[in-house]
Amino acid sequence: MIEIKHLKKVFGSKQVLKDVNLTIPKGKTTCILGGSGSGKSTTIKCLIGLLQADGGQILVDGKDVTKIRSEVELARLRRRFGYLFQEGALFDSMSVGENVTFGLKYLTNVPVKNYPKIVREKLALVGLREDVAKLNPSELSGGMKKRVSLARVLAVEPEVILYDEPTTGLDPIMSDIISDLIIDLKNKLGVTSVVITHDMRSAFKIADQIAFLYEGNILLCGTPEEFRTTDNPYVRQFVEGSSQGPIQMKLMKE
Amino acid sequence: MFYVIGKYITRILDEIGGSTKMIGSCLFWLTHARFEFHQAVTQSVIIGVESLGVTALTSLFTGMVLALQAGNTIGNIFGDPIFVGTIVAFSLIRELGPVLTSVVVSGRAGAAVTAQIGTMAVTEQLDALYTLGTNPIRFLVIPRMFAFIFTMPILTLFSNLFGVIGGYLVAVYSLGVPSEVYFSDITTFMDPSDFMHGFIKTFVFAFMIGTVCCYKGISTRGGAEGVGKSTTGAVVTTIVLILVLDYFLTAILTALGL
Repeated sequence: MIEIKHLKKVFGSKQVLKDVNLTIPKGKTTCILGGSGSGKSTTIKCLIGLLQADGGQILVDGKDVTKIRSEVELARLRRRFGYLFQEGALFDSMSVGENVTFGLKYLTNVPVKNYPKIVREKLALVGLREDVAKLNPSELSGGMKKRVSLARVLAVEPEVILYDEPTTGLDPIMSDIISDLIIDLKNKLGVTSVVITHDMRSAFKIADQIAFLYEGNILLCGTPEEFRTTDNPYVRQFVEGSSQGPIQMKLMKE
Repeated sequence: MFYVIGKYITRILDEIGGSTKMIGSCLFWLTHARFEFHQAVTQSVIIGVESLGVTALTSLFTGMVLALQAGNTIGNIFGDPIFVGTIVAFSLIRELGPVLTSVVVSGRAGAAVTAQIGTMAVTEQLDALYTLGTNPIRFLVIPRMFAFIFTMPILTLFSNLFGVIGGYLVAVYSLGVPSEVYFSDITTFMDPSDFMHGFIKTFVFAFMIGTVCCYKGISTRGGAEGVGKSTTGAVVTTIVLILVLDYFLTAILTALGL
């Protein structure tokens, strides 16, 4: 289980995270919603030590991540996590196959002779044919990049997968395929998932729990049903995707 | 005015601090993780072998122009183009070999290193390295630093060789210096300390180019514009530092009798 308590993060003069409190249950999918620049990615980057928190605690099975200073210990923590980056972050100097097996060399003791089999299996798991392994990332479409990136994450079999906007920039059908993949992975492998998104359709489909991040605080955390029926005007406006409401009024004031 | 100067000084100190921290991390990961041998060999080929052609061409013509200038000037004063070999070899081995090689490598390979690491930084590929069990220092910086330090002395050796050959072509075929005189001018007046002088400079330049170019790449922010700025910054900084360091190294090494 992961517990985020009073998390704070400042960039220059801007306080992006003010007081984030969130519990992420094991084996479930938690979606973090919020507008652009609301600090969703910052939250999960603090979670695996890619960014240093300026206050608060992040407890992963009782151990406070924010107190870890040693690079070796941070590397040990990150072994438990997989991170699907927004644009895929595939290494463009390597083929798809090399990308998929990259983490195996550093995070596992899998012999090199097993790599082709793993590439085949993981690409199949994300719905891609084996011959994609020979291509370079520059030859892939946006949706394929995300799926290859997910195959790379799955190759090292992490306990927790962090998805940074997995459906952004994809067409509705591909978005739905990615959402189905996230559900499948939870059901088949029992992984804990944290999904950063502002795609409401995807969030309602995949989430066991949804948290709404606004102005550096979690405004509401609950089940998808609670989000559908909430009276909170900020959440309602976001869920409905309306330009009229308190969020717009706040922007106009600024 | 004071604000601008202060900001500039702060930025320089920030970059010196960041580079020093990066070197510290390199030493840490060199002793705490497996050396990326395959990456180091690949980078040595990209940085060293692929720079050989342009380095050789630059040195060949530098040697030729040195011989032409020296031969004509000395010929005007003494009537004969004497000591052309000595002047060409001295200038190349002690000064121009290391400096020209470093400038060429900085512009060709250094810029490419900054652009590649910078692009990886703005597309989250550096963060991806952390999440896949390694880190940019171990996977990118150490192999590239190794490649610069390992290949540049070899490149300098070739640069010296091609420069001397260029000088020979002009001295013998244009100025009419007998070929045995050209070579005896070199061997009579030069000793191993001259080679040592050039090689120490090359090592220092290689270390500096590797540090500046990798640091500029890693600290890149702000998309394509940021990559452009980092790459330009890396090339300008390294070329200026090569010339500045060259003066101080010459003064120190000469004082030490090298």
